[in-house]
Amino acid sequence: MSEGYPQAPTAGVPGHMAIHGAGNPHDGHSHPDHPKLQHHFDDMGQQAEASTLGMWVFLVTEIMFFGGLFMAYLLYRYRSPDGFAEASNHLNVIWGAINTIVLIVSSLTMALAVRAAQTSARPKVQVGWLIATMILGSAFLGVKVIEYADKFTHHLVPGPDFQWPGEYPAAAEMFYSLYFCMTGLHALHMIIGIGIMLVITAMAWRRQFDAAYYTPVEVAGLYWHFVDIVWIFLFPLLYLIGYHYGAH
Amino acid sequence: MSSTNDHHVAPVSLYLTIFGALMVGTILTVVVARFDLGPLNNIVMLTVACAKALLVVLYFMHVRWGTRLTWVVAGSGFFWLLILFSLTMADYMSRGWIAGTLR
Repeated sequence: MSEGYPQAPTAGVPGHMAIHGAGNPHDGHSHPDHPKLQHHFDDMGQQAEASTLGMWVFLVTEIMFFGGLFMAYLLYRYRSPDGFAEASNHLNVIWGAINTIVLIVSSLTMALAVRAAQTSARPKVQVGWLIATMILGSAFLGVKVIEYADKFTHHLVPGPDFQWPGEYPAAAEMFYSLYFCMTGLHALHMIIGIGIMLVITAMAWRRQFDAAYYTPVEVAGLYWHFVDIVWIFLFPLLYLIGYHYGAH
Repeated sequence: MSSTNDHHVAPVSLYLTIFGALMVGTILTVVVARFDLGPLNNIVMLTVACAKALLVVLYFMHVRWGTRLTWVVAGSGFFWLLILFSLTMADYMSRGWIAGTLR
């Protein structure tokens, strides 16, 4: 797809970047520049790729951000596997599975929102998919509120009030520390994601996106899907490692 | 990269297929976790999770149609994660192998 840059200067276009800056439509291109094209890019494709790549670089830092917590989980679970399984057994698999499905559906609606922009669908269609994504994201957070409230009721929040009737109270407290850190950081990303979607929805409503320019939807989608991927790993690692013990 | 419309538009049917595969993976993980299979539980759980993550990255995040540079950058994140896990665990798991070194 990419011919790669840097591009060799074409004979008929001397110093065409400067001409871009002047907004001259007669600079050797067969068509005038798109109004969204910034002067330091050669064309819309290069501009879109730079944005996508920049988002991926950010997501790599996000992988490492969550990675530290996954590392802590791996180490403490390695040290007390039975304690972690016992602690995990108290989490409600039904709520966790519902939230997993909610997030996967939201990734689908997000992908369809990007596709709607890519295919120059009417703003109402783009906005519809974006609103569906935000509703599903909010549903996820709603379930998380129910679950967190349950942990407070049952004294499962690490700290002076933490009570564990099982065999491994220390491991259980560590498990719930990690549970709140990992799902809390994930929930924070969901909240930020919904905030980003609000902005993108407003832009889509104002007819900002079509096949020639949809980078903001695409980049916001990358962020949303990444947050989905984090949950794809959190769900089995937190909810399912003690599931074979049966219902609590 | 010359035209403005050269981005790949995947058909809706492909997105629905990927969605279906993600749902099947989720159900499979939950069902398998119900049984005590020893270490196999973790292997199945993580294999399914990695497969699901790969589907999301390749299709929903469009890396399948991305440039090689995108492939390298996306891959580097997971590669560094593996380094983090393997070097840290190599330390913790080998402690005490030599008498007197266990802290």
